[in-house]
Amino acid sequence: MSDGGGSRDAPSAVRMEGVGKWFGTFQALTDIDLDVAQGERIVICGPSGSGKSTLIRCMNRLEPAQRGKIFVDGIELTAGPKNVEKVRREVGMVFQQFNLFPHMTVMENCAIAPRKVRGVDRVEAERRARHYLERVRIPEQAEKYPAELSGGQQQRVAIARALCMNPKLMLFDEPTSALDPEMVKEVLDTMIDLAQEGMTMLVVTHEMGFARRVADRVIFMDRGEIVETAPPDRFFDAPEHKRTRAFLGQISH
Amino acid sequence: MIREFGTGEITFILLAVRWTLVLSAIAFAGGAVGGLLVAMARISPNRWLAGSAMVFIRFFQGTPPLMQLFLVFFGITIFGIDVAPLTAAAIALTLHASAFLGEIWRGCIQAVPSGQTEASWALGLRYGMRMRHIVLPQAARIAVAPTVGFLVQLIKVTSLASIIGFVELTRAGQIINNATYEPFLVFGLVALVYFAICWPLSLVARRMERRFARIAAR
Ligand SMILES: Nc1ncnc2c1ncn2[C@@H]1O[C@H](COP(=O)(O)OP(=O)(O)OP(=O)(O)O)[C@@H](O)[C@H]1O
Ligand SMILES: [Mg+2]
Repeated sequence: MSDGGGSRDAPSAVRMEGVGKWFGTFQALTDIDLDVAQGERIVICGPSGSGKSTLIRCMNRLEPAQRGKIFVDGIELTAGPKNVEKVRREVGMVFQQFNLFPHMTVMENCAIAPRKVRGVDRVEAERRARHYLERVRIPEQAEKYPAELSGGQQQRVAIARALCMNPKLMLFDEPTSALDPEMVKEVLDTMIDLAQEGMTMLVVTHEMGFARRVADRVIFMDRGEIVETAPPDRFFDAPEHKRTRAFLGQISH
Repeated sequence: MIREFGTGEITFILLAVRWTLVLSAIAFAGGAVGGLLVAMARISPNRWLAGSAMVFIRFFQGTPPLMQLFLVFFGITIFGIDVAPLTAAAIALTLHASAFLGEIWRGCIQAVPSGQTEASWALGLRYGMRMRHIVLPQAARIAVAPTVGFLVQLIKVTSLASIIGFVELTRAGQIINNATYEPFLVFGLVALVYFAICWPLSLVARRMERRFARIAAR
């Protein structure tokens, strides 16, 4: 872990330098520069199709970027498949649609990656799983299958599953958008707990209450660009850009 | 010279069933291994591999099984190798089953939602682990019904081996018919035996299909 980042300080959790991403001829990300410090909580918002998902999916190379450099915890993601593997071990991701493994119990969902990727033995993997299931407050569901749980419970399992890999960084792509309204809070509360424990988090969400409460910085994206980055107070109360104001005006109605 | 169609003849036909079953079992087992390889090759990012698998599949889909059987049987003989009808039929039908099962299973693998693969990647699971623990188990559930359906087809296709002289159910029927000239009785019995094997399998396939449809709908 010597490449990238400063030699004395801990490396940035994520650093993007001039990143460009195309789908065919369509440019989804344009010249993205971003530096996320360890322990920082970032909320990313913007209109549909603005590139929010693409941005965070580039951070664990679910989408390859064609231009620029991406460092995650000092590892240059853009420098080959070995590094991609290393990065994916250190980065947890939570999806809008949960993406739990339907043929496995909650316990197996949580234990599979530590066992197969980290080589942890079954007893330790299950101990770890129980620990994180308790932290997301569903230890009693361990032997159930995902289909037997509510949406909110499934998303909390997905968070626990990611945490079982002891990630240094967590990515969330609209984790509450597929949930019934009454279940949004339980998931947000889980994420707030996580933030308070010091986890580095990048969260794509339109939950502005969450952004105000948790974020160190809010990023506004539009048409594949980062238009504005500011601490939540300034972002919500005195946005600089017209496009930001227009967007905030829309979502508050 | 005409013999009566008696218990001896009936027993002869019924005993020949075991060769139909043996040939079906060999072709199905071989086809399962081959089919998995073909399916994996077909979805591989390696274009050459995927392309060859596709040509293989298209060839077996686009030619009559009987020609496939002839090609193997007479093809091997050209090299001066004397091949037993069972061996030739087993090889031809194994290749046939590999192509068809490969195509069926490719569809099942690709029917597993892409979110499953993305979640596996995000957790750091590598190709082999992802296939083995995440994708294939889910594909297998979808695959059971069409696979049993194909097995039924395969059992019926083994009757073609009679043409190259392999004495299975159909060939046994021909032999008895030549001796008794009771085609209606003889082939009626032969058809009944095929039916007794295939119909229960079709029922199983249909029941599984409905069960998985119900699970998928949840
Ligand atoms: N796999 C893909 N192939 C082609 N185009 C894509 C693909 N994925 C995303 N895009 C396009 O890239 C742009 C950015 O998509 P992205 O999913 O990052 O937007 P988003 O900000 O997350 O939107 P949303 O709020 O709807 O989730 C969109 O115009 C989208 O149509
Ligand atoms: Mg998105």
